[in-house]
Amino acid sequence: MISEEQVRHVASLARLGLTEDEIKEMGGQLDAILDSIEKIRELDLADTPPTANPLNLSNVLRPDEPRPELPREEALAPAPDPADDLFAVPRID
Amino acid sequence: MAEENALQTQERRTYQAVIGLEFHVHLATRTKMFCGCRVTYGEPPNTHTCPVCLGHPGALPVANERAIELGVMAGLALNCDVSRRAVFARKNYFYPDLPKGYQISQFDEPICLGGHLDVPLGDETVRVGITRLHLEEDAAKNVHVGTSGRMHGSVGSLVDFNRGGTPLMEIVTEPDIPSPEAARATANHLKDILRAIGVSEADMEKGQLRCDANVSIRNPDGSFGTKTELKNMNSFRFVEKGIARELERQQEILESGGRIEQTTLHYDPETDEVHELRSKEFAHDYRYFPEPDLLPLELSGSYVREIGDRMPELPDAMRARFVEHYGLSPYDAAVLIADRGLAAFYEEVAAEADPKQSSNWISGDFRALLNESGTDVGGSRVTPGHMVELIGLVGDGRVSRSAARTVLDEVFKTGDRPAEVVEREGLGSVEADELDGVVDGVISSNPDEAERVRNGDKKVVGFLMGQVMKATRGNADGGRARELLLQKLSS
Ligand SMILES: [Zn+2]
Repeated sequence: MISEEQVRHVASLARLGLTEDEIKEMGGQLDAILDSIEKIRELDLADTPPTANPLNLSNVLRPDEPRPELPREEALAPAPDPADDLFAVPRID
Repeated sequence: MAEENALQTQERRTYQAVIGLEFHVHLATRTKMFCGCRVTYGEPPNTHTCPVCLGHPGALPVANERAIELGVMAGLALNCDVSRRAVFARKNYFYPDLPKGYQISQFDEPICLGGHLDVPLGDETVRVGITRLHLEEDAAKNVHVGTSGRMHGSVGSLVDFNRGGTPLMEIVTEPDIPSPEAARATANHLKDILRAIGVSEADMEKGQLRCDANVSIRNPDGSFGTKTELKNMNSFRFVEKGIARELERQQEILESGGRIEQTTLHYDPETDEVHELRSKEFAHDYRYFPEPDLLPLELSGSYVREIGDRMPELPDAMRARFVEHYGLSPYDAAVLIADRGLAAFYEEVAAEADPKQSSNWISGDFRALLNESGTDVGGSRVTPGHMVELIGLVGDGRVSRSAARTVLDEVFKTGDRPAEVVEREGLGSVEADELDGVVDGVISSNPDEAERVRNGDKKVVGFLMGQVMKATRGNADGGRARELLLQKLSS
């Protein structure tokens, strides 16, 4: 069982502001995920390497060649409040 | 008993520094780590971006093959084991310069592990262990609004993404650096190696080489004390000064019976003080996991060997070779190899001229000319052939040493052959019988001085020498002229 404290910690790391109800709800959902992982752990997987990607490939690389870049106006277009051609963000505490 | 107490007190006062360094190095690639945007310095903000390095949803990273190669080269140069398999991982944290909410880095499967660096320090060598070397992407650049230039007290941040995604190599040393001086020397030596093999320009002013330090004082029982992290010292001098200041601060706390708090600090060179940088709330809980958008790297033995075979000679090896093969002093060798272009130029000259003379001319007069004019060897008009010819002219006595410098200046300006310059400018040494006549002339037109020399007043010889040089416009062989004067005036 995941504790409410753990849910709060994960939420704060993810910068999520959860209400008390949401903390309970998320706790239940996280428990369900952890239960599924527990089931997998019951299997003998000693000879199975950890798989982070379903593709059985490695060394997918690109040459060190410049590709087209975004014009600055386009890069800044989604920013709500650019200033001096820079992305402006609120003060960090 | 009293003696034992005294000994204990003394032991407690012997503070031993424990310093580990962490370097972040921009790799010398044309493009970024995971996208094809150019790596640039000093360009207008946000002019080199794309959906990948801006962290747009759905944009997919692809690793730069040159960056992998440079990482392997650095690992080999630092005597590391290159991993057979390396995996990129997400390091999760929130900061405005990190649009994805994570940095792509390497965690439990870095590209290189376990190496060392032999750092020259005075007449000794300090071996600094390398814990690991991994590849990642640099963050964007925060331009903090506010007076301090740092996070606290700022009213907001402005972000330039040109730097975001620049290929970055992190190198972590073992905590076995014994002093602030050794830390500075380590940083300096690392820079020399990275430059020599072309992995990075490693210019601290441009932010291509950044250095953090873990600093602690060993407990009296030999165990490690609590360490503090000193962030982003931006010059070699500040690496030394910052660590020295932090050790002093820790020592003061320990002496007054206090305890060191584990914290992150910033060194302010203006005030020579350290300040706490981040609150403990910014805990190191990065929740690393393998980056699902990138595939593992498999680095075969033949791939690594092939890179090793192509790698330029390392500074230590080159210095040793110059001492051994050309008979240079370690100092002279170090001056030459500090500039790869100059070293290559030297090797061409020394193949055909006296190696010691070649070193004197190239690291002295020639290097001075290059520095004065701000050109590098490649951009200069002086060829190795010119230098061989010039050294030959001096060796044969056809040009005096001082006139040869004038010849070099002229060759540097015009690119003409030294022999041609000597001919054109009349800089050839004065022939023996001509010099004989000049000396006779000087003696007869300065009878008083000549008489004083005859009477044993050697101080006046210099004056007469000056007259000879004036008469020959400096083209006389000084030693020969002095010999003639003394011979003719010996009573
Ligand atoms: Zn990009």
